[in-house]
Amino acid sequence: MTDSTLKVCEMIEIPVVRWGKPYESLEKSDVVHFETGEVMAQMHQANSGLVQMDARKADKAREALLQFSCEELIAMCNQAADHYLNSELPLGTGMQTPDQFCEIQSATTGLPLNMCRANMSKNAFVLKQMSQMLDALTRGLPLEILTRGYGMESRNVMVSYQATTSSLGLVLPSNSPGVHTLWLPAIPLQIGLVLKPGSSEPWTPYRMYEAFAAAGVPREAFCLYPGPHDVGNKVLETCGRAMIFGGQATVEKYAGNPRVQVHGPGFSKIVIGDDMVDRWEEYIDVLVKSVMMNGGRSCINCSGIWASRNTEEIADAIAQRIGPIVPLPTTDPNAEIAAFTTKGVGEAVNNQINDGLTPGVVTEMTEKYRDGDRLVEQERCDYLRPTVVHVADSDDPMANTEYMFPFVSVVRCEQKHMLRKIGPTLVGTAITEDEAWSRDLIAARNIDRLNIGTIPTCALNWLQPHEGNIIDFLFRGRAFQNSLPPAH
Amino acid sequence: MRELLDQHTREMVQWHFGDDTGCQFWLEKKKTFDFDPLTDVNCFDDLKKFPLFEDEWLRGGPMRRWVPQPMQEMPIYVFETGGTTGIPKSRVVVEDHRLDYEMFGETLPDESFPRGANWLMLGPSGPRRLRLAIEHLAQHRGGISFCVDLDPRWVVKLLKKGKVDDAKEYSAHCIDQALTILSANNDVQCMFTTPKLLEALALRLMDEGSSIEEAGIKGIFCGGTEFTAQWYRFACEELLGPNVYITPTYGNTLMGLACGKPFDPADEYKITYYAPQPRAVIEVVDFDDHEKVVGYGETGRVKLYTMTKELFVPGFLERDEGERELPHEKYPWDGVSSVRPYHVFAKSTTVGVY
Repeated sequence: MTDSTLKVCEMIEIPVVRWGKPYESLEKSDVVHFETGEVMAQMHQANSGLVQMDARKADKAREALLQFSCEELIAMCNQAADHYLNSELPLGTGMQTPDQFCEIQSATTGLPLNMCRANMSKNAFVLKQMSQMLDALTRGLPLEILTRGYGMESRNVMVSYQATTSSLGLVLPSNSPGVHTLWLPAIPLQIGLVLKPGSSEPWTPYRMYEAFAAAGVPREAFCLYPGPHDVGNKVLETCGRAMIFGGQATVEKYAGNPRVQVHGPGFSKIVIGDDMVDRWEEYIDVLVKSVMMNGGRSCINCSGIWASRNTEEIADAIAQRIGPIVPLPTTDPNAEIAAFTTKGVGEAVNNQINDGLTPGVVTEMTEKYRDGDRLVEQERCDYLRPTVVHVADSDDPMANTEYMFPFVSVVRCEQKHMLRKIGPTLVGTAITEDEAWSRDLIAARNIDRLNIGTIPTCALNWLQPHEGNIIDFLFRGRAFQNSLPPAH
Repeated sequence: MRELLDQHTREMVQWHFGDDTGCQFWLEKKKTFDFDPLTDVNCFDDLKKFPLFEDEWLRGGPMRRWVPQPMQEMPIYVFETGGTTGIPKSRVVVEDHRLDYEMFGETLPDESFPRGANWLMLGPSGPRRLRLAIEHLAQHRGGISFCVDLDPRWVVKLLKKGKVDDAKEYSAHCIDQALTILSANNDVQCMFTTPKLLEALALRLMDEGSSIEEAGIKGIFCGGTEFTAQWYRFACEELLGPNVYITPTYGNTLMGLACGKPFDPADEYKITYYAPQPRAVIEVVDFDDHEKVVGYGETGRVKLYTMTKELFVPGFLERDEGERELPHEKYPWDGVSSVRPYHVFAKSTTVGVY
């Protein structure tokens, strides 16, 4: 343990934040080191009534942000990125350097330190690119139109956009700190933030909050409510717009609810066209990177590779690369996989995979490249080593699975059936130059983000919308007239 | 105090196991014991000779097997307790609910629960005893109780099916009815409600530019679901304000009603309950050895004893845990604080739904 970690380990208490004001709760919850069980910090716990009480003042958050222009707030995002990345910032009753941030995040989530640093850079990058992002996502709309609610476009057309909410609620996960990029645009869009941090990863929301404040964004624009599940439910209920991160059950629960945007499993895939599949060896780096990036934890990690032939060879080649990977200490710069910190989860996933193996249909390809079992059990956490299965029957349930570690099914399927059988796909990379199939891919409504070319699934261009355009989520276009329309 | 409890124990054991007074259930059970309650139980500690009471025994009829012989001709109530599926657990009552709530009423401050004022009962109704008990409390204090119909089992069913919006709509339907009563010149100054419903009512009143205080409420007797220190503070500081009194209670159909220790700022909203001894006794016992009471301040499972003429429960492990507390001037016997669902059950139980 480094000196800086020791400094963090002096018991930090982190309060609830209610529109910028710290609130000390009578209930606290320990955030513990995933390996040692050592208490790293105590989070004050909100109760759901607090959330509902504060929601009545959400308009004030927007009013506070409207004191600044979008451009001013974008400039503050730029400064916030620097603070987030480089400054020692307050954290509850203590202070936190960037290194301490990464160390404590790694210590409580089991994510290797190098990945914590990478996610930190990603979040800062998005803040830095805010101007270009908003320009892209609004299709070049002058941002003062969002502030004022209406205005003339350069082509002399009156347009009006009304904010659908004064605050955006977030029920955040603990599995990947990269998801925080999704809510950052709310601040320059002058929408308040109501954050319910993940129980073992409160670090990014709190640090981002302090970075914004250090850059001059009014604290009144933020609520942070660590707490039990009913607090998250109340955030979803009381915010006019909200995002939640969860499993398939969460996705189904909120399906069709226009107020809630659900970010669930990605089932992201790479499909290889018949025109390119015989050159599969050229793309193996892209395939491996898509599976391994960020410890395989993200919804944008590739969980399925589909092709009509050479699938056993592809699976074997990936297995050779990722099968030997072993768990390393989180501080090891070469660590590539993260720990399962919730007791029993690693074992349950391992059993599910074993149950899914069927002779002649679903074949584990990594076993022969791995010295030992897939499941590595330690005293307080477990690891699952990277796994590749070959699936000869595209209707087998193992053709379409996703787990929170580097796991990929390489599926044999005729190209003509592929788009129908791959199911919902957050990121679909199609390696093809077949124009007719490309048209089918573009039309496939089950693919959200489409890459055509040798692009890793995890290589996101932040100028593109992700699971819906946040502008469309937070604003609605409507008619607005302040003069008579032309006679007709 | 201990002698009083021992004496009460002896009287109740003689009553429940007397050939002419005991109910059918206990007289039959006596035949399975390797001791004679009539001669071998002489003090409270002797109750440990009995096996633990199992609430499963309360499922199904005939109900009269629980009624002591001298009470067989009296009007009998049957009240259900807990559970959402299968045959409900039931307990028969003649007048315990009235006595329990009269005793509890003596602990209420008159300035916050004015005698003669009317009450609003905003809590579970139907086959539970709470509605009748609150109504009696109101009448006993010279008031009238207005009641809202509320079926918590329906709410549990909705939540288990994931129909959160439907559950909220049902809650709103109950709050609508409560608001109507409060707006109808009924001189309602006192109420019983649960933490969740109080929160919903207070926030609705605020949304309408009013408050619990402005609605005329002076005193609230609150219970029925988990009541945490944080929520207590939130209620006092933000939902109610300084002029509305709230008293936490802990109880169920088997025990009666445990009172909250009077509010003391030094406690930082820690909630400590005291059972209505000697009619009921609460112990905080070791998780692994229910015959061992934990030390003061230590955590254990709540163990309940009930000894009234109508019901004999010689040790029942509640589905709750908490910390053992020192006696209080007003309640000179052990208390239990920070009561919460027993951690082993907590993960699988739907709590605090109404």
